[in-house]
Amino acid sequence: MTAEATAAPAGLGKGSENATLEDRNFGFWIYLMSDAIIFALLFATYVVMTRGTDGGPTGRDVFDLTRTFAETALLLTSSFTFGMASVAILGRNRSGVILWLVVTAILGLCFIALELSEFAGMIAEGAGPDRSGFLSAFFVLVGTHGLHVSGGLVWIAVMIVQLMTKGFTPPVLSRLYRLGLFWHFLDIVWIGIFSVVYLPGVL
Amino acid sequence: MLGKLSIDALPLYSGIAMGGALMEVVAGLFVVGFVLWLGKVRYLWTEWLTSVDHKRIGIMYVVLALVMLLRGFADAIMMRAQQAIAANNEGYLPPEHFDQVFSSHGTIMIFFMAMPFLTGLINFVVPQQIGARDVAFPFLNSVSLWLTASGAGLVLVSLVIGKFSTAGWTAYPPYSGIEYSPGVGVDYWLWAVIVSGVGTTLTGINFLVTIFKRRAPGMTLMRMPLFTWTALVTSLLMVFAFPAITVVGALLGLDRYLGMHFFTNGGGGNMMNYINLIWIWGHPEVYILILPAFGIYSEIVSTFSGKRLFGYESLVYATAAIGLLSFTVWLHHFFTMGSSANVNAVFGIATMIIAVPTGVKVFDWLLTMYRGRIRMSVPMLWTIGFIVTFVIGGMTGVLLAIPPVDYLMHNSTFLVAHFHNMLIPGALFGYFAGYTYWFPKAFGFKLDETWGRRAFWAWIIGFYLAFMPLYVLGFMGMPRRMEHYDTAAWQPWLIIAAAGAFLVLVGIGCLVMQLYVSIRNRDALADTTGDPWDGRTLEWATSSPPAPYNFARVPFVHDRDELIWRKEQRTGADRDDIASPIEMPDNTGAGVVIGIVAGVFGFAMIWHIWWLAVLTLLVILGTVVARSFSDDDEHGLSDSDVSSQEARGSGPLLGY
Repeated sequence: MTAEATAAPAGLGKGSENATLEDRNFGFWIYLMSDAIIFALLFATYVVMTRGTDGGPTGRDVFDLTRTFAETALLLTSSFTFGMASVAILGRNRSGVILWLVVTAILGLCFIALELSEFAGMIAEGAGPDRSGFLSAFFVLVGTHGLHVSGGLVWIAVMIVQLMTKGFTPPVLSRLYRLGLFWHFLDIVWIGIFSVVYLPGVL
Repeated sequence: MLGKLSIDALPLYSGIAMGGALMEVVAGLFVVGFVLWLGKVRYLWTEWLTSVDHKRIGIMYVVLALVMLLRGFADAIMMRAQQAIAANNEGYLPPEHFDQVFSSHGTIMIFFMAMPFLTGLINFVVPQQIGARDVAFPFLNSVSLWLTASGAGLVLVSLVIGKFSTAGWTAYPPYSGIEYSPGVGVDYWLWAVIVSGVGTTLTGINFLVTIFKRRAPGMTLMRMPLFTWTALVTSLLMVFAFPAITVVGALLGLDRYLGMHFFTNGGGGNMMNYINLIWIWGHPEVYILILPAFGIYSEIVSTFSGKRLFGYESLVYATAAIGLLSFTVWLHHFFTMGSSANVNAVFGIATMIIAVPTGVKVFDWLLTMYRGRIRMSVPMLWTIGFIVTFVIGGMTGVLLAIPPVDYLMHNSTFLVAHFHNMLIPGALFGYFAGYTYWFPKAFGFKLDETWGRRAFWAWIIGFYLAFMPLYVLGFMGMPRRMEHYDTAAWQPWLIIAAAGAFLVLVGIGCLVMQLYVSIRNRDALADTTGDPWDGRTLEWATSSPPAPYNFARVPFVHDRDELIWRKEQRTGADRDDIASPIEMPDNTGAGVVIGIVAGVFGFAMIWHIWWLAVLTLLVILGTVVARSFSDDDEHGLSDSDVSSQEARGSGPLLGY
């Protein structure tokens, strides 16, 4: 390979803004991979511990598929509404983006509320995380996802403020792109939780 | 209000612990007093602590590592002294204290000596080697540094306030659970490891992006210097392995704080899962420590033999293969846990396979030296000492990889000898070599040769004296971590080992003297060319120390050994980018604030001071959000700024 034939990767050496933002997106992908490892280990731990019920409640006793269906519907719809926000971003339609972000946040809040009510109900029934290894693993896996969604909600709020004060500047657009990655990533994790935790739990 | 914290937390239980705590406090006050006496508080804050310059962050990491090396070594010599005298008597350390000492020794040496040392060297060197002006995320870099420093701070604080863990550096349950370790010790370990672990994950992300995206034009992957390659693989391991220790720490913490049952004896817990999870991090961690040292050795062997690196591509593939295989061997840390023979065999064979790419590397280094014009300077001494010693450690590793042998050797001092035999030459000697090699680049003068040689000989002879007896003792059946023993036949060997530890102390003294003598003679040792060793790669093409932006002109890379290529061609500067504007990130105190507040958060959690924990979390969140609103965090440099910087000294061959 000659020196001439080796094209330089984009944006090297220079502090040009677009290159920096592109690097942030790339870095965020790597962060998501790292986060995926966290979830992978929690999933593995959950699977290992499903039999560690210590004579207490099993998945069949505590899982309620109706509620899980509602949670799933809320979260998947919120991914769709985030997609609508992304479409509005392409059209540089500020009020549209804010509107769809608000809808996304409301769906996310409802999801969190349902999850909290599920947790509270289980704890009230004596099926809290300190009851058995199985329940510890359940609460921590599902709760970690819930914490991520809550973090995403704070992020959405920050982005709405930035959209209102700054408008579509390149850094704001780039942050919105990463927020989108994050939100859809959480959706994928939830599908994993539905398929590995709830569905086998009641079957 | 103060949770579990009370006056009882002071180390009044033992005169030795009290003495250690006093020494630490006095040393801290001395440093603060020294800075005040110099009148450099403002300078320290504006130029260093808030700096986002990768070179300064790198230097601060190395300073942290050297300080923690002293503390970790103090633990080591206390253990060697205790075991040398504690035959049929109790020695001078009570068991509770001895257990804290071996736990903090391992924790400090891995997390707060080796990790900052290698991260510091990567930080300082890699952007210069790839022709970049900084890392991809300078602010994140500062956050990583201060998270690591906070974790180290928590371990230091544990000596003065409360006690450290007695559960060893890996804190196996159920002993580390709340039932058997109700004190704050394990919590100190937990939060120190979690806080610094987050910093390390961020470092990994930062360097992956830096190396993939910020290379100078013309620098293809196969033209990257080998140290950059090892930094790349190490960063990958950081990103993929550190989540495991974050998870395992969090789960152990949930067991301890909220009464969950991940790893408890009863309640459906599964402590084997802890051991699996921690070694899924722990084995790649070994390669996180060793690979950068391999990179340093590769640079040094090539430079000091005056030859192109032999088998560069095989070294790259060996590095990548080691990175991949490092995730497939974790079970060899617990062969005795009772997996089936087939499972043990698979992991035993995988472990032995790692010896193949490592062997490839050793031959590449030897063949690079073959018929080279070797200069036996201090970095080269460390390298040769490493090759010989590391091969011995590798052979005992292959022995331990055989499950039936491991059943006999598990938890014996043979194992202790083996992993010190890998990590001291395989990691620490490499960091010392890199420290000596790149010191002139960082400060503009070389380190004193004579004291460097003395340090090397004291260290390597001390190493053999300290650890070869432990192999023998392992064969004699001595378990690790014994506070006292009643087998008289062990004592002579332990006395030899203690003598070795004292020789290593002499080596550390020589390193301190080296620093002192070098600073005193800095004019005579000055490096005016920026290229004191006849270097081969781009970091030697800048002045020593380099300007904040490293390269006024972004170099165009023609060859793997770009600087040698330019020296031989007597040209090469014509394609450098002379027009690119220089924008440098602004310094910011946000990184220090986040790091220190995270440390306070850890402290609050350790002592159950809940209001403070909530408050500190909110401060961190607020700082991150506030920071996200500032988009203008760079300042451009005008031509006159650059030329005044360049007047201070210039690189040899970039045509300034």
